[in-house]
Amino acid sequence: MKTARLVAMTICALAATAVAAGEEKVKLIDGPGVDKVRANCVACHSLDYIPLNSPFLDAKGWEAVVTKMNKAFKAPIKPEDAAPIAEYLAKYYGKR
Amino acid sequence: MNARRRFLAGLSVPALAGLSSLPAAAKLWQPAELPEGAVAEGSLEALSGKVPLIKRSYRPPNFETPIDFFRNPITRNDAFFVRYHLASIPQVDAKTWRLKIGGDAARQALEYDLARLRKEFAPVDLIAVCQCSGNRRGMFQPHVQGVEWGVGAMGNARWTGIRLRDVLQKAGVADNAVEIAFDGADGPAMQGTPDFVKSLPVQRALDENTLIAFEMNGKPLPHWNGFPARLVVGGWTGTYWMKHLTSIDIRSKPFSEFWMNPAYRIPAGLFPTVDRFPTQETAANQPITDIVVNSLVTSIFDGQRVKRGQMVEVAGVAWDGGRGIRDVEVSTDGGHAWMLAFLGKDLGRYSFRTFMHKFRVGEGDAPVVMVRAYNNRGDVQSEKLVFNPAGYHHNVIPRIRLEVV
Repeated sequence: MKTARLVAMTICALAATAVAAGEEKVKLIDGPGVDKVRANCVACHSLDYIPLNSPFLDAKGWEAVVTKMNKAFKAPIKPEDAAPIAEYLAKYYGKR
Repeated sequence: MNARRRFLAGLSVPALAGLSSLPAAAKLWQPAELPEGAVAEGSLEALSGKVPLIKRSYRPPNFETPIDFFRNPITRNDAFFVRYHLASIPQVDAKTWRLKIGGDAARQALEYDLARLRKEFAPVDLIAVCQCSGNRRGMFQPHVQGVEWGVGAMGNARWTGIRLRDVLQKAGVADNAVEIAFDGADGPAMQGTPDFVKSLPVQRALDENTLIAFEMNGKPLPHWNGFPARLVVGGWTGTYWMKHLTSIDIRSKPFSEFWMNPAYRIPAGLFPTVDRFPTQETAANQPITDIVVNSLVTSIFDGQRVKRGQMVEVAGVAWDGGRGIRDVEVSTDGGHAWMLAFLGKDLGRYSFRTFMHKFRVGEGDAPVVMVRAYNNRGDVQSEKLVFNPAGYHHNVIPRIRLEVV
């Protein structure tokens, strides 16, 4: 049920967005939270912004990015999704 | 004395070490300082109407010009960098496009179509560098978040249009006007995301070197560079060069939305010689304004192999925020001795200025090439990075180590 809703949300987000040619080539590392990243981030920008900004942000840095997207850019990230997104980004694209 | 130092722009000597002698793998050159992920994501890809550029992000599109194109002082339209903040970018129809001028400090509101705008105001040409504020952000150490640009988020073109001043004076700028704000046809993908709107101080908007441009290098503006009309703010960073311009707002109050504050800020007083923008300054910070003096070496690369006795050409372009380039100095011994480079044709104080210096690889230590440009005010490139959190104004003097084989 939860998965189905998430898939539906993702499709909605994609449908509302003119995806740019080539961006389907961007591959994120598979891991816990990646589905939430896709569902929340792709409505406004291609996912290459994530590897582009890696690997130099620490956990606090990625948290600040998620907060900025939420507060400044008004990305409708559900409150319960913000932490898993930041954790995924820090784990797979964070400072090593 | 000056004449001796001049050489014809575009002069090239095939036998010299240069780009043409580099292996094919070096075609996509990226600075070694970029974050690993930026290098990996930086592929050569072509947007419609463009040659392959270095892709930083697909959507919004951020594509930088490969270094080869800066061997010419004028950047080709189809190789000119592309920078957008927001992903909703309409194909503007020139027939239905309108420019609205108004605001609470305008004496009258006006609306123009493209034909009338071009007919009613005197045409003007300006060769000027458009450089993204964050050009070279990827070379910051420590790295800062943002589009991790290498050296190619810039270009130099001949812009043709009309003076913004003429249009503003037609509408009438009231005495209480403090800023002029500009909006373009592009906007956010998500409702609620701040639209990209920027303002200029009245004085800068009335400057004769602030244009509404329709053409770039004699051709209509490419879609990705702001068709059918964009602002050209000679000397100031690209953030003010509003693309797909649709509205001009003559304001009695400062414009304080996201893209003016907190975006595009530098710490107060950190760069002491920048143009002031008083109505936007706070105790902590100020908007980025004019471009700091800078140069780019396009003929040789760090780690390039040369032979003893070989002649090496150190060539490239230098530019600043509109004072004009006075000198470019080259050192080949890591900064002990400096020599004046020959300067190419002067295309105006807002333009790239080409430079060239030749030297023979001697006995002894491997050459370490350094280049520093001075503008007519005496500002010089920085020896060390002036760190700031947004990653602006990187103009560090490079150290290019050549390997002698």
